[in-house]
Amino acid sequence: MSAPSNNTAPVIRFSDVHKSFGEKKILAGFSMELEKGQTLAIMGPSGVGKSVTLKHAIGILTPDAGSVEVFGQEISKATRKELAEMRKRMGYVFQEGALINWLSVGDNVALPLRENTDLKEDEIRERVQRRLELVHIPDAWELMPSEISGGMKKRVGIARALITDPELILYDEPNAGLDPEIARSINALIRELQERLGVSSLVVEHRIDCIRTVADEVLFLDGGKAVVQAKPEEFFNSSHPRLARFFGKDSA
Amino acid sequence: MKDASHIQPAEEVVIAPAKASGFTSFLRAEGERVELLLSTLRRLGHIGKRSRLIYEQMFLSGIQTLHVVLLVGLFIGMIVSLQTGIELAKLGQQDQIGTIVAISMAREMGPFITATILAATVGSAIAAELGTMSVSNELDALEVMSIDRLSLLVLPRLVGLALIAPLLTLVCDTIGIIGGAFVAQAQLNVGYEMYLTSAIDALRPTGLLLNVPKDLYAGLLKALVFGVMIATIACNEGFKAKGGALGVGRATRASVRDAIIGVIVINYFMTWFMYQA
Ligand SMILES: Nc1ncnc2c1ncn2[C@@H]1O[C@H](COP(=O)(O)OP(=O)(O)O)[C@@H](O)[C@H]1O
Ligand SMILES: [Mg+2]
Repeated sequence: MSAPSNNTAPVIRFSDVHKSFGEKKILAGFSMELEKGQTLAIMGPSGVGKSVTLKHAIGILTPDAGSVEVFGQEISKATRKELAEMRKRMGYVFQEGALINWLSVGDNVALPLRENTDLKEDEIRERVQRRLELVHIPDAWELMPSEISGGMKKRVGIARALITDPELILYDEPNAGLDPEIARSINALIRELQERLGVSSLVVEHRIDCIRTVADEVLFLDGGKAVVQAKPEEFFNSSHPRLARFFGKDSA
Repeated sequence: MKDASHIQPAEEVVIAPAKASGFTSFLRAEGERVELLLSTLRRLGHIGKRSRLIYEQMFLSGIQTLHVVLLVGLFIGMIVSLQTGIELAKLGQQDQIGTIVAISMAREMGPFITATILAATVGSAIAAELGTMSVSNELDALEVMSIDRLSLLVLPRLVGLALIAPLLTLVCDTIGIIGGAFVAQAQLNVGYEMYLTSAIDALRPTGLLLNVPKDLYAGLLKALVFGVMIATIACNEGFKAKGGALGVGRATRASVRDAIIGVIVINYFMTWFMYQA
């Protein structure tokens, strides 16, 4: 790594990021940091730009102004090769799963290994099977994306994001549409990855129970900015008027 | 590139900003397609790795279009035979019908008809597939996994179509000549033997390229180019699709329209180069 990447640098740092689509301003001076080994949850109303934020962190979108640094390197300035190197260390769980629709579940999870490594087929199958077990769908290999439920797609998406053993995982609403039991196990998984492997995570999440389980800090995104960033305890007890309104706690 | 809201992986696929005059946006669209084609051609070395996908693409394309090619080819041969036959009969030259049908099928009709059918069926299917991938974030997923979509998605389709188009053209030529023979026999009183002798005579071997007759290889070369072009346009339109099912529909339509226009325009220039230059 050529860029400054001392150990104390945050894994992700957004500095005064602005992003508009046409006339629509989505991010307007958004700043935040994710420390190594931490889990930061992002909350906010629908359509406010949570997914857009995650896409900036992995370089699918680039800011109009401001900077996004990942692993200490500014992602919009990275060459294609550097970007590929950075992305190898990251996993991304898409909101709708974004599974390749013409590949089976197993082949979807195997795809990054088949495309980007020289691993033997046996080794690939074994690794994929382990990831499928991790997300509680050990028998799903042969199913096609069109045959499985939304919740299951999401779990396959998680398995796929984990296949390369990333250091940083970005989850876009990993629990939306899952039943409580599965959601709890996904939460436990996120937590476990953090505790056992020191993975850092950025999680877009609405469910308070999930945030309490997984998050070290919570950030509330609204109006293109981080309105509040705090530990879950403080966050949920906060008397910030915007939060009160969001949670329907304002005494109207 | 400053406001490219849709930063793409590839050096190669630049999404055009919406506002531009008709002519500049035409040029930009063509430029994009040429770039996509060139970048994909640079990955020709991956053919071995993609052989299964290429084979699948060929097989699917063949299955999707064979019956249409047979039917349309048959009737085109019959039409050419009848039209020219009526005129030739006035001059007492019926014995030339076979020649004319064979040459017009091999040079023009075979490749053109096949390409049009491919554009309408396979081209539209490709645009719809890739468009669906685009609007459901699958292309972004490939991007974040550092997977080369040109190698995975475009190359197999491009090579598959480049190979299947000449094969289907050969089928179309053959069935057209056969259709012409029926008409010659039944309606123009030209026996099969005379018809076929003149047809085969017309496609004289060249001594070049495995002795393939020039009219035949010129037509097959056209077909190959058409196949490449149809695949390129369809992939490019699919990649650009945005905004749900509506966007996929738009991409499909644009792909069929532009591919057919392209086939006609390129056909003219290829004919010019191969027969006049
Ligand atoms: N690539 C894009 N092009 C244009 N508009 C976009 C794009 N991505 C997101 N948007 C718009 O940005 C807004 C925020 O989207 P998103 O981040 O998905 O919201 P959410 O907070 O619900 O995840 C939405 O209005 C969406 O339409
Ligand atoms: Mg979202």
